[in-house]
Amino acid sequence: MRPVLRLLSNELIERIISEARDILCDLGVEIHNDGVLSMLSDHGAEVDCGKKHVFFTSDIIDKALEAAPDSVELYDVMGRKTHNLTDHNVYFTPGSAAINILDSISGEIRKPSTADYVEYAKLMSGLDNIASQSTAFIPADVPEKISDSYRLFLSLLYCDKPVVTGAFTIDAFNVMKDLQLAIRESRDALKKKPLTIFSCCPTAPLKWSDVTSQNLVDCAGHFIPVEYISMPLSGFMAPVTLVGSLVQHTAETLSGVVLSQLTQPGTPIIYGGSPAAFDVRFETTPMGAVETQMIDCAFNEIGKYLNLPTQAYIALSDAKKLDAQAGLETSMGATLAALSGINSISGPGMLDFESCQSLEKLVVDNEICGMTLRLIMGIEPKEDFPAIPIFEELLKEKHLLIASHTRKYLHDEHYFPGAVIDRANSSRWMEEGSLTIGDRAKMEIERLLGIWEPTELPDGVLAEMTVLMKKEAAKFGMDSLPHEDL
Amino acid sequence: MELLSKISFNLQSGFDETVTALTKEAVEKRIPPDEIMNIGLIAGMNIVGEKFKNHEIFLPDVLLAARAMNCAMEVLKPLLIKDGIPIKGKVVIGSVKNDLHDIGKNLVAILLKGAGFEVIDLGNDVPAEKFIRVAAEENADVIGMSALLTTTMPVMKKVVDMAKDEGLYSEVKIMVGGAPVSKAFALEIGADAYSYDGANAVETVESFFRENS
Repeated sequence: MRPVLRLLSNELIERIISEARDILCDLGVEIHNDGVLSMLSDHGAEVDCGKKHVFFTSDIIDKALEAAPDSVELYDVMGRKTHNLTDHNVYFTPGSAAINILDSISGEIRKPSTADYVEYAKLMSGLDNIASQSTAFIPADVPEKISDSYRLFLSLLYCDKPVVTGAFTIDAFNVMKDLQLAIRESRDALKKKPLTIFSCCPTAPLKWSDVTSQNLVDCAGHFIPVEYISMPLSGFMAPVTLVGSLVQHTAETLSGVVLSQLTQPGTPIIYGGSPAAFDVRFETTPMGAVETQMIDCAFNEIGKYLNLPTQAYIALSDAKKLDAQAGLETSMGATLAALSGINSISGPGMLDFESCQSLEKLVVDNEICGMTLRLIMGIEPKEDFPAIPIFEELLKEKHLLIASHTRKYLHDEHYFPGAVIDRANSSRWMEEGSLTIGDRAKMEIERLLGIWEPTELPDGVLAEMTVLMKKEAAKFGMDSLPHEDL
Repeated sequence: MELLSKISFNLQSGFDETVTALTKEAVEKRIPPDEIMNIGLIAGMNIVGEKFKNHEIFLPDVLLAARAMNCAMEVLKPLLIKDGIPIKGKVVIGSVKNDLHDIGKNLVAILLKGAGFEVIDLGNDVPAEKFIRVAAEENADVIGMSALLTTTMPVMKKVVDMAKDEGLYSEVKIMVGGAPVSKAFALEIGADAYSYDGANAVETVESFFRENS
């Protein structure tokens, strides 16, 4: 039995959706994009162009929900299927778009460079329990205007896994799409085998900026999957109650669904989010708070009720170092998320309120992900009945270490974590240097970077991607790209 | 040589019947038994030990290889004795008096056998006198003692003291292990070594013989 956590009753889900629809129709949403407003108007929505305000109708909400696909597939750089985001399938992806990195040598939080990014992408190739990469942080050694496209370029160059990403500007979308077209070779091939997910964030409360709403439209135009990242902050930019925050999240996310599906019916979308409790003592948005995680799991239930694939920023921590808080918050989030069946679980590697990535934390979190993936496989009998034969064997042999039953099921039944998780007895642990989890994580990073292998993309494709990126960089005064000097 | 590599390969995979058949074939082809043992079997077990240490394979794989090794040694042992070739070493092993726990000790015994040592397993609840008597009678190289209870640990010291009294102390290496036992305790009672798990016990015994060679 696949264990499933439920926090909401169907009656409560229906009420939340109903209230959210009322908000969309009666209070409306602010959208700072004339093209989108005009498109919505064409579909019968009441639009106030001067105030950039639109009042949805029940009809267009229903139409959008009807058109939305119930699953999203992803394929890696080489075209191999890696994800089927649907039902209770679960996949992990690193927290994305951090502005800082935790320096593994000095232990300081600092701005990341291209060298850090390349190391990250190589490392991601070896982390088996994290199925996709994200554009996890923003290299600070390139102009801001290309920092979104450049990190995607580096990701595609150094790691095969599909990428959760996003554009910071309207213009950046073009090169980010072209990089994908260079790999897939045609718009149809990219539609058939999506390579990226674009995160698109409404602004709380009930607002879409020009950039993010245009990103939705552009992604829909190319059938590039998007995940909506609504961010209600309970008690600050959203009602203090979890239900109130869920109503807001539902309204903001449904508005995104409408924008995408009216632009391009059937375009792949993911019911995501990054809501948070607001800590009124520290004026912060704790991602490790249990209430944040509860809202995540609950909106995932609403997404599932609407037959949509889901995503949430949940397996992460607000700690500033790889310490016990980092472990406990990430583990709790990952466990709840996996049990809830959030399809794309974002967060591994992330610290400090989604602002700092850590490679050490990534390799530790990879084990948390491995354990939770085992958890959701549940408990099933495997040639356990009738029980007498195996116990006869145990009584006769005194152990079952080499029993055929053991050999057959050992690796299916038990998840064996990698070297970062300490399972040695204390004497062995001391004999091997009394290493901390941080020490072991550093060693694991070194090992994984040592076995990394370059992409098998044809030279022609790599050359095309490089030309695209260089052309983009040249627009902002860069003649050469930092990764070329590594 | 190809045959010996085959023996090593099949031993690493834990195919006891194949290893036994190949060992018999090697004997028929008049390959010296010590070569079969060293280049075929022990070389294979060394690879298994290394892989286990690096977590590339797990305990069941080691035990399967050890079982294959034991089967092959049954074929070779009479020939080795006939040729006057010494076996790798002899270990007397047991859980100490009043200690009825023997899972750890059994693992150590299986792994030592698998590594090519002759193991005389005295079982559990073994009095100090018996360790000393059997070690002397069998001309053993190593005494291995295990305890899971702090209350039975003093028996280990008794064995060390008796070995000194009986003039065995310089002849026999004494190794201790078990959950409450530590390196410091081993030093304190005058044991030669402490091992924290089965694989480590094999390494420790191997190191005794390296010291002597």
